[in-house]
Amino acid sequence: MGQLQPLEGNLAVAEAMRQINPDVVAAYPITPSTEIVQTFANFVADGEVDTNYVAVESEHSAMSACTAAAAAGGRVMNVTSANGLALMWEILYITASFRQPVILTVVNRALSGNINIHCDHSDTMGTRDAGWIQLYSENVQECYDNLIQAVAIGERMDVRLPVMSCLDGFLVSHSYEMLEVEDDEAVREWIGPYKPNEPLLDVENPYTMGPIDLYDYYIEHKYSQWQAYPAAKQAVIEEGKRFGETFGREYGLMETLGLDDADIAVVAMSSAAGTAKDVVDKLRDEGVKAGLLKLRCFRPFPGEEIAAALAGCKAVCVMDRAASFGAGSGPLFHEIAAAMYTGGQTVPINNVIYGLGGRTVKPADIESVYRGLMEIADTGKVEQVCTWLSVRE
Amino acid sequence: MRVYPPDAKWHEMADGGVIPQAGNAEEYDVSGWRSAHPVRDDECCIQCLFCWIYCPDNSVLVKDQKVVALDPKHCKGCGICAQVCPKDCITMQPGGDMPEEEDK
Repeated sequence: MGQLQPLEGNLAVAEAMRQINPDVVAAYPITPSTEIVQTFANFVADGEVDTNYVAVESEHSAMSACTAAAAAGGRVMNVTSANGLALMWEILYITASFRQPVILTVVNRALSGNINIHCDHSDTMGTRDAGWIQLYSENVQECYDNLIQAVAIGERMDVRLPVMSCLDGFLVSHSYEMLEVEDDEAVREWIGPYKPNEPLLDVENPYTMGPIDLYDYYIEHKYSQWQAYPAAKQAVIEEGKRFGETFGREYGLMETLGLDDADIAVVAMSSAAGTAKDVVDKLRDEGVKAGLLKLRCFRPFPGEEIAAALAGCKAVCVMDRAASFGAGSGPLFHEIAAAMYTGGQTVPINNVIYGLGGRTVKPADIESVYRGLMEIADTGKVEQVCTWLSVRE
Repeated sequence: MRVYPPDAKWHEMADGGVIPQAGNAEEYDVSGWRSAHPVRDDECCIQCLFCWIYCPDNSVLVKDQKVVALDPKHCKGCGICAQVCPKDCITMQPGGDMPEEEDK
């Protein structure tokens, strides 16, 4: 049986890492994820884990070391935020291309400039094409649960992809909440022992990884990688279900609230989805048929499932905690709008960019989004595709 | 199988773009990369082996401490051998076609 404990998001992640007991962690601390690295380094120093902890000189080196350690045959984890993730950018693609299931916790933080240490999703959204699976957590319990599941998902032999487990900087990373921490043995049994796939340290079966790969084979190798993502989506579903069977908290690609009969719905990720749940409850009390789609799995992107879940709505708003400069709207909106269109949906849809650099999103802010949707549902017209929430104009 | 054939399909190769057949770079034919090729005058050669030392693709074939041939399968036509030859015995000629030299 697990135990209820009050922990911050960062401490819950460090606790999950202690329980997972990876072979290698090579990390370079950065706010707001520093505390995870610091706490885990204590576990290493105190002999509570068997991990080889590598202190590196940058995030680029951190992810290089992690990718190499995974290629050598180890279970590998890493932690970062914002500009640290940006510095890893080059290597992120290589980790995924090598099909190495490195597990990276990203405590979401705004990218510079200007320098800002608070939450938004510009960091992980910037890496959306790198080939990593991405799971987003609403609260402390979810960032603990998601990290454990990330290991099982990424390491499946039909997947073998790296996974980012994301939580909102400060809002979750530095917030104390009660969560159920499972027993060490139960967690270890659930994830199982690590099975390396073609490890470089297998000297009996030497092979080459990462050589030059030109026009004659490269596109086949990329197509081969492409084929892993449907399996990854299935793995997110199956491991979420299996987690529920063992620990009583089931997960899927998304969580929905009131979508069965909703006229208006908001799509949101991470902690803002938690705030939106309260707003939905309030609007439902007023007789408004409001709904919420909380996307948990952004990569692989469950476009068909999202389009199907939103099919019955009269108006939908996608909330993006990241801007795609020059695109005219946010990244989550692009993908959902494309999924709706290709899925034959004609639901009016708009986009709100919110919370950049940690700007607080209050229940009243989200309520204003729903009020806007009520107008669109009445008229069937979207006057402005993208608006910025609570910005001083 | 020493190498994946040129028509290997995506599902016929290992995941992650790895090459499970160790040391098979020798099998990879890069003759198509050449836009010029070296021509070597064996009479003029003093066997200093500079070309063998400097060739970045191990394409100067040596036997019994003597240059015996240039390897048309791996020479990329970079011209370094012609540049370093102290007797100007190697000249670069336009075109990628390079005759198979007989081992002497």
